Amino acid sequence: MSDATAPDGSVLAADGTPLKRSLARSLRLQKTRALLLVAPLLIFVLVSFIIPIGAMLFRSVENSQVADTLPLTVAALQDWSPEAGTLPEEPVYAAFVTDMIAAVEAKEHTKLGTRLNYEQTGMSSLFRKSGRRIKRLDTESGAPLKDQLIAVDKKWGDVETWATIKTHSVRYTNGYFLNAIDMQRTPEGAAVQPEDKRILLKLFGRTLWMSLAITCSCILLGYPIAWLLANLPARKANLLLILVLLPFWTSLLVRTSAWKVLLQQQGVINDILVWLGMLSDDGRLIMINNQTGTIIAMTHILLPFMILPMYSVMQTIAPSYLRAAKSMGATNWTAFWRVYFPQSVPGIGAGSILVFILAIGYYITPEIVGGTKGVFISNRIAYHISSSLNWGLAAALGAILLAVVLILYWAYDKIVGIDNVKLG
Amino acid sequence: MNLTKMMLTTTALTVAAANAFADGHMADTMTAVSWGGAYQTSQQRAYTEPYMEMNEGLDVVWDESSAEAVAKLRAMDEAGNVTWDIVDVVAADAMRLCDEGLAMEIDFDTVLAAAPDGTSATEDFGELIVSDCFIPQIVYSTTFGYRTDLVGDTPPTSVCAVFDTEAYPGKRSLEKRPIANMEWALICDGVGIDEVYDLLATTEGQDRALAKLDTIKDDVIWWSAGADTPQYLADGEVIMGSTYNGRLFSVIEEQKQPVAMLWDWQMFDLDGWIIPANLPEDRLARVMDFVKFATDTQRLADQAKYISYGPARASSAPLVGQHADLGIEMAPHMPTDPENSKNTFLFNYEFWADYRDDIDAKFQAWLAQ
Repeated sequence: MSDATAPDGSVLAADGTPLKRSLARSLRLQKTRALLLVAPLLIFVLVSFIIPIGAMLFRSVENSQVADTLPLTVAALQDWSPEAGTLPEEPVYAAFVTDMIAAVEAKEHTKLGTRLNYEQTGMSSLFRKSGRRIKRLDTESGAPLKDQLIAVDKKWGDVETWATIKTHSVRYTNGYFLNAIDMQRTPEGAAVQPEDKRILLKLFGRTLWMSLAITCSCILLGYPIAWLLANLPARKANLLLILVLLPFWTSLLVRTSAWKVLLQQQGVINDILVWLGMLSDDGRLIMINNQTGTIIAMTHILLPFMILPMYSVMQTIAPSYLRAAKSMGATNWTAFWRVYFPQSVPGIGAGSILVFILAIGYYITPEIVGGTKGVFISNRIAYHISSSLNWGLAAALGAILLAVVLILYWAYDKIVGIDNVKLG
Repeated sequence: MNLTKMMLTTTALTVAAANAFADGHMADTMTAVSWGGAYQTSQQRAYTEPYMEMNEGLDVVWDESSAEAVAKLRAMDEAGNVTWDIVDVVAADAMRLCDEGLAMEIDFDTVLAAAPDGTSATEDFGELIVSDCFIPQIVYSTTFGYRTDLVGDTPPTSVCAVFDTEAYPGKRSLEKRPIANMEWALICDGVGIDEVYDLLATTEGQDRALAKLDTIKDDVIWWSAGADTPQYLADGEVIMGSTYNGRLFSVIEEQKQPVAMLWDWQMFDLDGWIIPANLPEDRLARVMDFVKFATDTQRLADQAKYISYGPARASSAPLVGQHADLGIEMAPHMPTDPENSKNTFLFNYEFWADYRDDIDAKFQAWLAQ
């Protein structure tokens, strides 16, 4: 085959090109084809998932509003330090008036007021009021603008007002993340919030332990059902499966509201217990608008996510293993615990990850049945997204929640091993 | 060749059509945003159905997003694609939308119809025009209802019955937010309404209000949806509870439950329309035409036939008639009726714009304790 070798000794393909190049080309073609095939999904995920989430998370550090709206003031405040306890000098006030006139023109001043109001109460009305009057100030005659501005509102004569503006004038801030862990950004650095405003860390902790409790109760309730499903004759198992799936197809709101009817003090369960004489009329159980309510309702709602992966894993466990164990003298318990259970662990793992991650982000159910002690951090995120409009703080809370989930996932991988998770 | 020609013609036609639209032509569809439920139905029957009869071929699409309107409008604006044409919001939200430049400023006397006797719109709405962007529709109130069969022989007449667990033992439901609850707590702690907000602006005042609420904390079920209290009352889960007066009306008059109104110290609030800023010309023309019709004297009075909220125009009050389906006089069920409004206060928009974040953080921390 002398014609298949080039003068320099490299191997040639049938069409005369070096084999190496020819191979690379066909490999490249294959790769391009594969990329083209996954491209629609890739672009979809990128556009509808990665970019929006990235943009939202970016808000947790982005903070150019102060610097953009009051550029001259921020520059003039460079040399001023709030620690001295004295007010800024006239040039700062003059710069502020110039900035503010431009901001009122562009209708940016009320937005800035809302932004700064997250940090210091009263800024919202201060900026609205000053915006209305800023044009009436006398900027021509050279009368000190400092006095004029303080005459508009005496808060302009507070060191604290200027300290807030200076502290939050950086373009990228850690302020939202500090707020998210019950701290605040101050001129002197990070400081803890006053005790009567600390709530978020508590909510993070509660979200985690309640999600764990829900996951555990899902395992306890789901395991026997999954076992039944896997071991009953096909016809009965199918019927049972439909019963498992039926609530799955019912609206989340309907199921949650149904729990309300069942669990409330004048509800079905309490009524039956009183009627049976097991409870006195005054001693009705409080099972809703607290943590019990949230755990019960969410366990019910998330149960199918636990049962289905367990079931599909258990289906693959051959019954002959159990019979073999018993034929060799194992008791029922030993056969189950030493032979069956270890093989079903991947199903528990998959179900637990699903349920835990879903639970940690749950929002509607805790809002409806959680009362005050059964709400999650997600309810606070929802509040900051839709009511207080503090999207920066909401983004920081969301980022922390995401990080916590990833860390737990990593820990799970280290302890149990993610290869040891099966969906079927 | 033929195909190219056809495509050219179609393109030309489309361009021509677009130009025609820009020439003050009104859009054929309008997206209105409201709260859903009985309230939205009352708007459909009083406003959009008659308007659609007058304008054949108009399609009105409803979106039940008012509760998240501010957040959604902000997101739409950032995405550069505002799909809503007219949005029903409470006054506090309208102010925030106005502050953020997301709502259009309204020139009331040119945009809105004058009263039948010629009174200008500005005068007719009077002091209910609380923001440059907000066209008020109704006055509603957050107030209490109680179970008539659970309060014994002495039905409550004062809002302070809420804090009196000895005379009225049992659960009560309050909204899971500081607004109105803090005011009621201070009023029942002996503070005059004139001093309430000065006091609430201080830490001591806030602590005092929370201390008062603390006395009933174990007896309170906190609600977050307007439908909660009516359900709790109907089931006998609570003895009394706060909610919107229209919800209580339907529990009492439509469902005939043993519930009565406790109007004492009801908190008035306003609900109305805003128009998103920077709408395209044809959609803006449509919305302007609609809003002029839907907020005239007769239309505002008509809405009260379907729901017990007071019309925002002074000239509409005498025209309020009977409920369209129940046939009862609606005037005595209006929160603004003199019998019902002996003790009232108006939602303090400016105070809560400043203090909401701060007090809400404290309130939530207090709730979680």
